[in-house]
Amino acid sequence: MNRFEPKIIAFLCNWCSYECADSVGRAQKEYPSNLRIVRVMCSGRVDPQFMIKAFKEDAEGVMILGCHPGECHYKEGNYQALRRYILLKKMLAQFGIEGERLRLHWVSASEGDKFVNIVSEMVRDLRELGPLSLRDREINGKT
Amino acid sequence: MERPKIALYWCSSCGGCEESVLDMSENILRIIELADIVFWPVALDIKYKEVEGMQDGEIAACLINGSIRMDEHEYMAKLLRRKSKIVIAHGSCACIGGIYGLSNFYKREECLNRAYKEVPSVKNPEGILPQAQSKDGECEIGLSEFHDLVKPLNHVIEVDYYIPGCPPNPEYIFEAILSVLQNRTLSKESVFADQKALCATCSRRDTKPEKAVIKEIKRLHEWQWDPGKCFLAQDMICLGPATRGGCEERCIKANMPCRGCYGSTENVIDQGGKFLSSLASIIDSKDEREIEKIADSILDMGGFFYRYCLPSSLLEKKIKMLSLEDADLFISLGKYGEAMDVYSRLISTEPNNVYVLQRIEELKTFLKLMGKDRIS
Repeated sequence: MNRFEPKIIAFLCNWCSYECADSVGRAQKEYPSNLRIVRVMCSGRVDPQFMIKAFKEDAEGVMILGCHPGECHYKEGNYQALRRYILLKKMLAQFGIEGERLRLHWVSASEGDKFVNIVSEMVRDLRELGPLSLRDREINGKT
Repeated sequence: MERPKIALYWCSSCGGCEESVLDMSENILRIIELADIVFWPVALDIKYKEVEGMQDGEIAACLINGSIRMDEHEYMAKLLRRKSKIVIAHGSCACIGGIYGLSNFYKREECLNRAYKEVPSVKNPEGILPQAQSKDGECEIGLSEFHDLVKPLNHVIEVDYYIPGCPPNPEYIFEAILSVLQNRTLSKESVFADQKALCATCSRRDTKPEKAVIKEIKRLHEWQWDPGKCFLAQDMICLGPATRGGCEERCIKANMPCRGCYGSTENVIDQGGKFLSSLASIIDSKDEREIEKIADSILDMGGFFYRYCLPSSLLEKKIKMLSLEDADLFISLGKYGEAMDVYSRLISTEPNNVYVLQRIEELKTFLKLMGKDRIS
């Protein structure tokens, strides 16, 4: 049986986490290939519409990586991302999209190992959750 | 010269849009001077057959209000599209799905059970639900089929112009009909409303907060609110920033916050997502716990942000609902037991669905061939 491979759309901040993903690549560290990276200038640029659209277009997970609090290149962009993320995560639950599918982490340019861990962890969790369109947990629960 | 013809039709609607036609008051007389109303179920006794007998494109303008929920709505929308030169989506339900669209958070069966069994004022001990086909003695009785989802008009037919609003501004209805009768050329999919968000023209815009101010979301009944100050500055949710203007602030003037009935502004694909974004920018906190607490103070976020636009939003519905596609995916993953579960649950709600029955037989034969008589 083929193993289910989740697709993850990742929005990476140009100033920290994109740089980090780059350095992970240069260092030839291994991490799952499920990530589809979109470079943005700031995690605050990621509109909720982008994330909703990613789910609509069959992504099993969406990840936003930004600079650590207080280190944003544009001062406050990552706080904006944090507020959107919390609100959106709560709202998506009403649409039947589990919270584990949307993640936000702070990753600086030098935290290559953290990046690898975060990605591997998310891929592992999503494999367990299964594809988005089949997520009817009631199948096993109810009669 | 033959007078141009106008038709009005209602799909799944409350009748408020029909009222808005009457709200044109004396302007309706000006329309009647210029054109004949040939079809209007709420006011005129004209049968569907007579519409079917008309020539294609015979009707100059057809205003359709209400969302598409049943076979009858879809059939009439397609019929009127054929018979009309211009089709105008009239009201929020036809334009963006409307308040009925919130039922897309529930399954079809949940909606029917709620309406026909669970409501306290309903007495239905035998648990009878409406059926598309039923028998009364010798007679075969047919009812229009209730669809799984609510759809806006443009998911079913091509729409030329839109008049949003719940109910729409009568001035815009008049303008829309007049523009067709006077053969004015408008760009395709013109919307008869403002281009900008409601906040741009709001009488309270001077007090709209520029910076983060909200520490807690208040609900209307919990608070004595100031009639001259922006609702967002008073910690209350107002969908003005993400909603198209043109309603003449009827709610704001009555001291109620905007609920978003005019839909999103141009270039926005998801009104709820856009409002979420704008709300996030005025929440005054950088602490995760605190933001979570503020988020928790908004009850029913999905219902609030997508009150009128759920069927036309990006996700359209609660994704968790079961469908035949789910079974297909289970089969492609080799999970035949789960696929059979999906089928049996589909069949428990629709016992006569021939297509599902056929798929069950197919799966059974397939499993036999594979030597798996018993589903593990």
